[in-house]
Amino acid sequence: MAIKDYIRERFFPHMWCPGCGHGTVLNGMLRAIESLGFSKNEIVMVSGIGCSSRISGYVDFHTLHTIHGRALAFATGVKLSLPELNVIVPMGDGDALSIGGNHFIHAARRNLDMTALVMNNRIYGMTGGQYSPLSGYGIMATTAPYTNIDHDFDVVEMATAAGATFVARTTTYHVRQIKDIIRKAILHEGFSVVEILSQCPTYFGRKNKLGSAVDMMAAMKENTTPIGSKAKKENPDLIERGIFIQKELPVYSAEYDKIIKRAQAEKEP
Amino acid sequence: MKGNVKFIQGNEACVEGALYAGLNFFAGYPITPSSEIAENLAFRLPQQGNKFIQMEDEISSICAIIGASLTGSKVMTGTSGPGFSLMQEGIGYAVMAEIPCVIVNVMRGGPSTGLPTAGGQGDVMQARWGTHGDHAIIAMTASNHQDVFKMTVEAFNLAETYRTPVILLFDEVIGHMRERLELPEPGDIPVVERLRTSVPGGVDYHPYLPREDGRLPMSDFGSVHRYNVTGLYHDMWGFPTSNPEIVHGLIRHLVDKIENNVDDIVRYKEFYIDNADIVLISYGSSARSARHVVESLRPRGIRLGMLELQTLWPFPYDMVKEKCKNARHIVVVEMNVGQVVRSVKRAVDAPDRVVLANRIDGMFISDKDIKDILRVIQGKGV
Repeated sequence: MAIKDYIRERFFPHMWCPGCGHGTVLNGMLRAIESLGFSKNEIVMVSGIGCSSRISGYVDFHTLHTIHGRALAFATGVKLSLPELNVIVPMGDGDALSIGGNHFIHAARRNLDMTALVMNNRIYGMTGGQYSPLSGYGIMATTAPYTNIDHDFDVVEMATAAGATFVARTTTYHVRQIKDIIRKAILHEGFSVVEILSQCPTYFGRKNKLGSAVDMMAAMKENTTPIGSKAKKENPDLIERGIFIQKELPVYSAEYDKIIKRAQAEKEP
Repeated sequence: MKGNVKFIQGNEACVEGALYAGLNFFAGYPITPSSEIAENLAFRLPQQGNKFIQMEDEISSICAIIGASLTGSKVMTGTSGPGFSLMQEGIGYAVMAEIPCVIVNVMRGGPSTGLPTAGGQGDVMQARWGTHGDHAIIAMTASNHQDVFKMTVEAFNLAETYRTPVILLFDEVIGHMRERLELPEPGDIPVVERLRTSVPGGVDYHPYLPREDGRLPMSDFGSVHRYNVTGLYHDMWGFPTSNPEIVHGLIRHLVDKIENNVDDIVRYKEFYIDNADIVLISYGSSARSARHVVESLRPRGIRLGMLELQTLWPFPYDMVKEKCKNARHIVVVEMNVGQVVRSVKRAVDAPDRVVLANRIDGMFISDKDIKDILRVIQGKGV
């Protein structure tokens, strides 16, 4: 199937700002899905609220556009109820990790077989540029006019600690890696987290004088490095890209099937 | 039939009703006094090959059942006041996206953490207006275990018929009281299955285009129709829009599908209404005391009648007005500072004849509490 067949063309051009990284994520994600040869009826895309979450409107799957922060909770219901569906959950950084932080860690802990994408542009874009839990100390935002004194956390470390069985990071500069990693994340049996650093030139870039979208993407190239690279040893401030965790653990639905067997065996006299 | 008699808690009667109705997905979070619902379903649902999950909170619980409902499951969650507060955004979503689901709220004393192990009926207005924005809602209740069972089945039926969340407002007294339940045989109470679209794959399906009768046939996620579900105002395909005409049409549809079908939705019981000078109106556990008062005072020549409401929302204004038209006094019996009494005053011709008999200390309202009010009304003092 051509990539074009996976999109709802009538809603284009999309609503994202010029230079936004989210379109690149959409592109990479669809290429990953296309490479896996899935039929459109097998995929449920569940999203929350925010710029990133509008991604579900543009794809021709079963799409569930939910409440801010709750996408993974809705997705849990979809997946547990009908485990044969492929569930993909694109979220923003505020959506996934601020208002949705609790759902994020518990979804990771349960190891439901689904793919969570965190499109991290370090800002609340849709509401006009307020700081997010991933903005980081010293950042300017419309709600941090004197600089942000909130510290951020590392999505990869958080997901790992919470028990996600596949954890990866890439950026919108590394478009081939987006496709490659999302493909592996979908194929992985268990809860997969992919953080994709994405640029918001409109708010994050402008507030912090980071230049154009191209400048911000160039910075992602400069500031990141493959996991365990020599460059990382020389400069510990570099952000690592690649697959951090990939381990096999029984998925929730398989464990639940065992519960059903046990319950039914005990019911027999 | 005789073999199917149980002596159980109201919460268990609710579980029996839900399973009878075909519940196959439950998500919940522990909270007193509703936890027995989750505990029993954790035991029972896997036996039937069905799904139970304990979520991380009540917010995710209602979200999970909405997700499961979209795949075609019959779904329920159970909670009490504090959890019910957390579920409000999910209830609003289910209203807007028209997702069948049942929410049990075993009411306890509030506000806030309140009285976790004591009875109360303070969530009636929250059931009506707890989620933001204009909307209609269905809320049912019951005063004994046979009716808890029946109303639970009916709640599922109404949720599936009207594609809406239905709230079951039980209370701590009913939830924890043990009483006889005679389990109906399959078929004794009708069980409604959701209307699914007959539109074949490849043909344009409109998930949000109501038929002439206002109903919307659904298509399960994973089947041949791909569409969008959102909490935003949406067009007939489920895609967001702010077109004023479509927005107006959708909110009217959401409200009218409930409010125009009050007669179909309303359940109640009446006792001695025809010749009653004084009508007691009550619901849930309070109705047990009210009924006791009626039965004990009628032999003494006091012409008491009673209306037991089982549907609280949409409020049966016309029915209440009709039943109270000959009454000299109307006494609303409830365990709150006065919630249903407001609706009763709106319903009847002479609102100044409506008084409240209540109790708000976490103790079960007694027959004496009600009799004292009756004596005052009759000019006899307490």
